[in-house]
Amino acid sequence: MARYTTVAVFLHWIIAVAIFATMALGVYMHELELSPARLKLYAYHKWIGVTIFGLVLLRLAWRLAHRPPPPPANMPAWQHRAAAGAHAALYLLTLAIPLSGWLMSSAYGFQVVYLGVLPIPDLLARDKALADQLRDVHYALNILMFAVLVLHVAAALKHHVVDRDDVLARMLPLLKPRTRAP
Amino acid sequence: MKIQRILLLSTLLLPAIAQAGVDYARSRIEFTSRQMNVPVDGRFTRFTAQVAYDPKSPAQAKAEIEVELASVDTGSAEADLEVARKGWFNTAAFPRARFTSTSVRPLSADRLEVRGALAIKGLTREVIVPVTVKAAGNATTFEGAFPIMRLQFRIGEGVWSDTDTVADEVQVKFRIVTTK
Repeated sequence: MARYTTVAVFLHWIIAVAIFATMALGVYMHELELSPARLKLYAYHKWIGVTIFGLVLLRLAWRLAHRPPPPPANMPAWQHRAAAGAHAALYLLTLAIPLSGWLMSSAYGFQVVYLGVLPIPDLLARDKALADQLRDVHYALNILMFAVLVLHVAAALKHHVVDRDDVLARMLPLLKPRTRAP
Repeated sequence: MKIQRILLLSTLLLPAIAQAGVDYARSRIEFTSRQMNVPVDGRFTRFTAQVAYDPKSPAQAKAEIEVELASVDTGSAEADLEVARKGWFNTAAFPRARFTSTSVRPLSADRLEVRGALAIKGLTREVIVPVTVKAAGNATTFEGAFPIMRLQFRIGEGVWSDTDTVADEVQVKFRIVTTK
């Protein structure tokens, strides 16, 4: 079985956990009343977002140098295209969502200071109307992200449970490969 | 009667030390707090200032500034409501902050060190304010910035007294423009 490289596997799962954490945080925190806890959670949410952005860039650079293993030979062509499209969408969204969050934060007048240490420059000046629009964009992109993620997870499980191939195992080394390496 | 006479006397005397009108359209009172180490700018839109300043005798200068705390603009409507509440400014009980100069020391031709009493939320602290003075035409601009420690004025009590989230130090920036 052709696997993803250890680095690719590591980056995939770190980013997956970070996305899950920061999405859940995003849904939870915006309902809260203004409090020190909310200010902290917003800061953590932004730090995780910046981290995801950085890790995705790293991952793309790694992917350019280390091509992923080919999909199973018996997979229909439309599934190849669907998988490639979904993966492209995930890469795009994992970059676009932190970007939209950063721009929104700038427009609301809150600079992002990564880990409370590294100020990220504001590209936009404070502008409430623009900030509200960017909030809607950030939200819409996340809804889209959630939909693609559901598809992504469903496809991975379908490969593992229904097709009984190695698509999930090559990204999840805890699983035993079902086919032997050629 | 006596008080009235003193008031009358002082209004007669004040013009002698160049009591000038304040150009509020060009004057600003702003502040920068730090939330999770993020500098956040705000300002007050309503305040009154009385400035008496004669470039020939700057040490005699006087200033009194009153800030309408409910006019705070933090950039977020939610935070504007929050800081008016009891734990912050408690504007219902203490609507105004007041700065009253007590002494002025000229540092150079265009720089003053103004000491004064700053009263916020029923608490008074001495502050030292460096002021630069710029005269252009019939306008004089007084500009400066100084730090205050918000907890010394009990601004942000209870859960908000945690300075890891909102720093104790708040930078106050001002520009007062007077015209003759």
